[in-house]
Amino acid sequence: MNTIFIVFLKEVIENLRDRRTITNALIVGPLLGPLLFAGLTSMMITRELDRGEKPIEVSIVGAEHAPNLVEFLKQNGVRPKPPVADGEARVRAQDEDMVLRIPPSYGEAWRAGKTAQVELLFDSSQRDAATPVERLRGLLQAYSSQNGAMRLMARGLSPAVASPLVVASRDQSTPQGRSALLFAMLPYFLILSAFMGGMYLAIDTTAGERERQSLEPLFANPVARWRILAGKLAATFAFAMASLTLSLLAFAQAGRFIPTEKIGMVLDFGPRFAFIALLVMVPLVLLASCLQTLIAAFAKSYREAQTYLSLLLIVPMLPSAMLAVMPIKAQAWMFAVPLLSQHLIITKLVRAEPVSAQQLLLCLACGCAAAAVAALATSRVYHSERLAISG
Amino acid sequence: MIEVDDLHKAFGAVKAVDGVSFVARDGEITGLLGPNGAGKTTTLRMLYTLMTPDRGSVRVDGADAAKQPDVVRRRLGVLPDSRGLYKRLTARENIEYFARLQGLDKATMKTRCDSLIAALDMDDIAARRTEGFSQGQRVKTAIARALVHDPRNIILDEPTNGLDVMATRAMRHFLLQLRAEGRCVLFSSHIMQEVAALCDRIVVIAKGRVVACGSADELRAQTGQSNLEEAFVRIIGSDEGLAA
Repeated sequence: MNTIFIVFLKEVIENLRDRRTITNALIVGPLLGPLLFAGLTSMMITRELDRGEKPIEVSIVGAEHAPNLVEFLKQNGVRPKPPVADGEARVRAQDEDMVLRIPPSYGEAWRAGKTAQVELLFDSSQRDAATPVERLRGLLQAYSSQNGAMRLMARGLSPAVASPLVVASRDQSTPQGRSALLFAMLPYFLILSAFMGGMYLAIDTTAGERERQSLEPLFANPVARWRILAGKLAATFAFAMASLTLSLLAFAQAGRFIPTEKIGMVLDFGPRFAFIALLVMVPLVLLASCLQTLIAAFAKSYREAQTYLSLLLIVPMLPSAMLAVMPIKAQAWMFAVPLLSQHLIITKLVRAEPVSAQQLLLCLACGCAAAAVAALATSRVYHSERLAISG
Repeated sequence: MIEVDDLHKAFGAVKAVDGVSFVARDGEITGLLGPNGAGKTTTLRMLYTLMTPDRGSVRVDGADAAKQPDVVRRRLGVLPDSRGLYKRLTARENIEYFARLQGLDKATMKTRCDSLIAALDMDDIAARRTEGFSQGQRVKTAIARALVHDPRNIILDEPTNGLDVMATRAMRHFLLQLRAEGRCVLFSSHIMQEVAALCDRIVVIAKGRVVACGSADELRAQTGQSNLEEAFVRIIGSDEGLAA
């Protein structure tokens, strides 16, 4: 039997018997992402739908001054609430999303054909209220232009006189594009599950083995160090890929429970997505396994390695955070950067957008090159005399 | 046979080993005696190729450790200072892992494992996971693992460290048995009674150098002391770091 395989097999068996590794690598890691994603997405979609359809509840102060206006609002889905005394304070305290105030002078101005004023109190820093405020403002605007047109016609003029310009808005965004934030999270969850899947193996096979003082006897065997390292890396890689595969399966299941069709969005978690996502993740997982082992080799103890590697888990968050804040157009060079390229390609895949062969090859080639460099660096550390010596 | 010629090893400014030479012969037990920090472990680590000497050479059955490390490692059975086991594997699995790494075929592996488990009297623990093993049980497993490939030369770093009286007696008995089988046994210790009772030849190391070499009688004669303990103290120059 090949010695690399012997080491690989032993590490796999030993870690399959470790409850902590199994829980983290094969249960928490793969399930955390899909559950969070499905939960957050469903919540966002439901809220989006709610806000479009449900009646606007607004407290109207002085409704008696403008019965026609209030009637118009009621017909258009506004449910007036009893008036409140201190509108400003209640909006600021977020007790009310908004308050509509109609002054006593309204009726007089209206009858005189002057511009009557109503006050809309709201808090623009409260994003949740933005949609109802916009809808109410739109209704008020519509009431204004409707009556304006009637007044013009009563005077024998065409309403067009008062509106020399009209803007027709044609929104070209796709529902997928509008949920950019949502999609920025998805690759992170996948990458996170792969990183978590390999993390415990990387620690156990290097820092753990040294802490248990079994590395020195291991190195006394007639096996080249790079072979021992290769077996350990293979085991780490296998666990990370297993974790990733489970995560993809979980996403495929979670995808069914997300009511994406309600907002006309396409989420593709099918076999093609899973296959290409696995493929582009191979170099990244290799790179991560090498880096995790490298870092664990420098740590003095299991605990220390755990601390460092937990920090490493934050790194894959960077492209997600960056792209969520600045949704920039994907440039060609970005497909050469490991992590960023996986991020972009997975995002494209789940949006059912085409990925060109060139982008795919660039991602794989550069990822493999980076992994090779990391493997070389790890191998150098493995050949140092100090590695085996504990304490 | 293990031949060590003029080994040097420095860690920064500290000369851990500063010119150590000796020969450990087949069918003999050679003891490396010295106080704590004398350079025993570093010397042994260079013998089993974990460390590369700055100068000097190590030959095991004629093979040079610098040129043929794998040949040397195959001819050596090593019980290092750190003797950690894989606690989620059983004792037998621990031994089998090293047997496979040594390249033993399945049938040989089984025979060797069975005979070592019988010889070390570990039938009751062989199928148990090593988590929670006593110190004695751990050392037994580590020795079985080190000897699974039937090496001609055996290096043990402080083999009785942490063992109770009964386990120490068993260990001494086992070392004598290895000698009777014609193997070359080299072990380090800072306990002079142990070395005196077991060794055919004693190599005394202090401050990284060999300060005396010979049988217990020769050492007594050399120093003119009838008491072995006094002889050691005279050789080393102080009784610091030695245990009776």
